[in-house]
Amino acid sequence: MSEQLLAPLTALGNDTPVVVTIGGITICENPDLTIASLAARKDRGAELHSKLQADTKVQLPDPGKMMFAEDVAAIWTGVEQWLLLAPISSHPDYAAEVKTVVADSASVTEQTDGWVVFDIAGNNLIPMLERLCNLNSKALSSGEATRCLIEHLGCLIICRESGREFTILGPRSSAASLHHSLVTAAKSIA
Amino acid sequence: MIINHPLLGPRDSQEFVYLGDASLIDRPNAMAETALDDFHDYLYLRDNPAGSHKELWFHEQGDRSWLVVTRDVTTHEITDVELASDYAKRRGRDR
Repeated sequence: MSEQLLAPLTALGNDTPVVVTIGGITICENPDLTIASLAARKDRGAELHSKLQADTKVQLPDPGKMMFAEDVAAIWTGVEQWLLLAPISSHPDYAAEVKTVVADSASVTEQTDGWVVFDIAGNNLIPMLERLCNLNSKALSSGEATRCLIEHLGCLIICRESGREFTILGPRSSAASLHHSLVTAAKSIA
Repeated sequence: MIINHPLLGPRDSQEFVYLGDASLIDRPNAMAETALDDFHDYLYLRDNPAGSHKELWFHEQGDRSWLVVTRDVTTHEITDVELASDYAKRRGRDR
């Protein structure tokens, strides 16, 4: 990758990621992930699974789930569709990298600049999630990921540790609105 | 109202959008000799019983799948939910 001449900004428009701690809850912007979407082409699902697993060890998860393989996370987003998340530092041109592996068994699109990622951690995040979305958040266990509404925004909610650690992916153009609603929900239970 | 999504389990109906009757899936062949009559029937002639309906719902704020929901319009009781692709394939469509 060529040397960067422009100074990169995070989704919230700063040089450094915003970290907010309210009560025991930490809401942390995570700018270090590169994101690619993956959609199997018609009747090529099995081929896609085997190609990815053979070359990158990535296993594609079932509906509502996510799976890790080394530094890559795969999240189910729809029938025969997934989002792949990886650290930018080790995968600078990730969509192209995935495309080389899957060839024409799937369509890959670069999604990094479409999303904002917030990592949320605390001792009990259930009351906060109950204020944000209508998922059965208590029932979410580690390794589950699903898309739902937060305020008016379609967001992906990933459970990393049941009740204690979640990651929320939202539309980057609404990063500040999403951040505001997360902070408001955290304040209301602090 | 809760819709029991076949892949994701029970989800709030707020996440879904209603399109219309599932008979929309049975779109007639526009090249057939009888296409004019077929399309007239397809567009204008619908059963509207006070009871069980098969409806197309779109999981817009979820996994964006199309569902066929069997719902009693007098009680809102949902008796069956399946992926519209499964329903369509069973009726002889290729997708």
